[in-house]
Amino acid sequence: MEKTYTVSVFTENSIGILNRITIIFTRRHLNIDSITASESEVKGVFRYTIVLRTTEEQVNKVVGQIEKLVDVLKAFVHQEEEIVHQEIALYKIKTDKLTNGEVEKVIRENHARILTVDPLFMVIEKTGHVAETQLLFENLKPFGILEFARSGRVAVTKPMKELSTYLKELETKK
Amino acid sequence: MNTTKITGAHAVLKSLVAENVETIFGYPGGAIMPIYDALFDYSNEVNHILVRHEQGAIHAAQGYARTSGKTGVVFATSGPGATNLITGLADAQIDSTPLVCITGQVASHLLGTDAFQETDVIGISMPVTKWNCQVTKAEDIPVAIAKAFYIASTGRPGPVLIDVTKDAQFELMDFNYQKCTKIRSYQPKPDVNKTTLEAAAQLINQAKKPFLVIGQGIMLSDAEDELLQFVEKSGIPVASTLLGLGAFPNNNPLYVGYLGMHGDYAPNIKTNECDVLIGIGMRFDDRVTGDVSRYAKQAKVIHIDIDAAELNKIIKADVPVHADAKEALKLLTELVQEKQHPVWLNEFTEAKKTEVETLQKSSELSSSSELKMDEVIKILSEITNGAAVVVTDVGQHQMMTARYYNYNKSKSNITSGGLGTMGFALPAAIGAKFGTPDKTVIAVIGDGGFQMTLQELGTILQSKVAVKIIILNNRFLGMVRQWQDLFFEKRYSFTEIMSPDFVALAKAYSIESSRIEERTHLKEALLEMLNHQGSYLLEVMVAKEENVFPMVPTGASVSEIRLN
Repeated sequence: MEKTYTVSVFTENSIGILNRITIIFTRRHLNIDSITASESEVKGVFRYTIVLRTTEEQVNKVVGQIEKLVDVLKAFVHQEEEIVHQEIALYKIKTDKLTNGEVEKVIRENHARILTVDPLFMVIEKTGHVAETQLLFENLKPFGILEFARSGRVAVTKPMKELSTYLKELETKK
Repeated sequence: MNTTKITGAHAVLKSLVAENVETIFGYPGGAIMPIYDALFDYSNEVNHILVRHEQGAIHAAQGYARTSGKTGVVFATSGPGATNLITGLADAQIDSTPLVCITGQVASHLLGTDAFQETDVIGISMPVTKWNCQVTKAEDIPVAIAKAFYIASTGRPGPVLIDVTKDAQFELMDFNYQKCTKIRSYQPKPDVNKTTLEAAAQLINQAKKPFLVIGQGIMLSDAEDELLQFVEKSGIPVASTLLGLGAFPNNNPLYVGYLGMHGDYAPNIKTNECDVLIGIGMRFDDRVTGDVSRYAKQAKVIHIDIDAAELNKIIKADVPVHADAKEALKLLTELVQEKQHPVWLNEFTEAKKTEVETLQKSSELSSSSELKMDEVIKILSEITNGAAVVVTDVGQHQMMTARYYNYNKSKSNITSGGLGTMGFALPAAIGAKFGTPDKTVIAVIGDGGFQMTLQELGTILQSKVAVKIIILNNRFLGMVRQWQDLFFEKRYSFTEIMSPDFVALAKAYSIESSRIEERTHLKEALLEMLNHQGSYLLEVMVAKEENVFPMVPTGASVSEIRLN
């Protein structure tokens, strides 16, 4: 049965590591729904968060292959309930739409916020799960969305050993 | 510490010498010229073999690595030089062969500009290497090379590629070499979990019909002796995958044969009758398992492998053991009871009889008096006592050699297993000879595969490589023709292949050669080839349309193996 899985990968900061990771998905004809990467809480260690829909068997095999990469410190697979996750979305609409109070209502109801107002356009920001940012998208659609951008998922896990503890184990291992 | 500055190119050579590299297979070109220039000063320390095509270099390095147990080293230039390595990298990756390939690259300021002979070799080789990296500064060369040798040769071995820009080869640096012994993100040596091994031992001790299947992992971890001790104590029948042949002596009474699509009848059918199946250093390739949904379903499975990603990848193991084969076997031998399984072993003997009788009958029914491939291999095995290093290409001759050559020595079977690379054997045999100069190295090749890399006859000529070459010529791309015969209504689409006069061709390269067509001349011709000092090419004209049996057709279960 296909489900949504979040894969967290911790890597050394080496050129090409993103490519090495995505090749593993490409080779198995797996589509990545979203991917984000940035430095983790440990300097020099990067965290990749990859979201995909697949079977449990397949995702476990993929994680096995990712862990095999020389520059990968550790990879984990999580189900939805095991993580706290968030996405950010930016919506650009024409400033003159603000006058009638309708947009303000939408922003309030969705707990979104205005990032900037320019004479010609304004940018609204919403963080939340895909369903929430999508809902705001639908609500703003009637006013005309000039641009829309949504980030991939970032996630932290509920139960997990601290990365620094794990790294210490790796370093002291013979 | 030496404080005199040297060039990056000299640092490459010094690093290789520090890694005890004695033999390099390569081909020069623009972007690797500084390294070749430095090589000129190292002719006393390293032996460079000039090949005729970079694919030849990498297959030779594979043959060298597989026979010697050392890491094979390759030099190639940028662009086409580097892309010509790709087939060999893929082959070494799937067959776990340790290689360090060093490619030249355009100067770093030209990277990404489509400069002459620039290609993204890092990007191209990423899926077919265990690790790769590009070096653009001379000072990074020793560290990269040290890492390369460590990664290539430890854990599950594999090919590594280092791409060195031309400016890094010219740049001056202070040389200081330290071997790599640890990489934080790479843990090649698993800690053996004793509890898991105890669970494995318990299954083995309770088993009535245990069956052991071994792969190349035995040889890669130098576990041949440990395997022998384990088998002799536990009394478990042993079968081998294609790449595992030689890891357990064929003449041991507990050896029950070769597994897989064209393997022996007994080990294939008994896979689906055993109660405990133990796989060590093998990966349940589809050519071994046939239909996985009907593979050893009745058995409890113990799978021991150094690569954690192989466990539960194809066959779900009841006891997966992430361990080095040598270490696991040592511990397991202590834990298992001393046993014999004469009744169970006899079932293999009986099944073998069925196979031999059926194949014999088919052979008698055949009206053709033409020489058959198996006859050649049987005599070759007999007169070399199963002790030669036998290098095979891909196809019918490969399966016939695997079936009928009685490999009694470890690291004596060199073939392209996982990738099935036609053209592998001739260059691999050259490398095998450099890897084991004191042994007789025999390449058995089909007429098709030979024509894929026959330019390496030039390497044999120039470097005086004393390899023996047997071409089994059936004037067909035999294995494809066999499939057309069995599964495509005999529509022989582009499988009939013409060949040049191989004997004349060999002579053009000053290689002694002869051709035989008659059975009566076979033994004599083989002996003449073996007794000849130096290289020799023997072309044996064999039956045009012979099929290899037994066979597990694609999609069939191992128990549905066909004998004719």
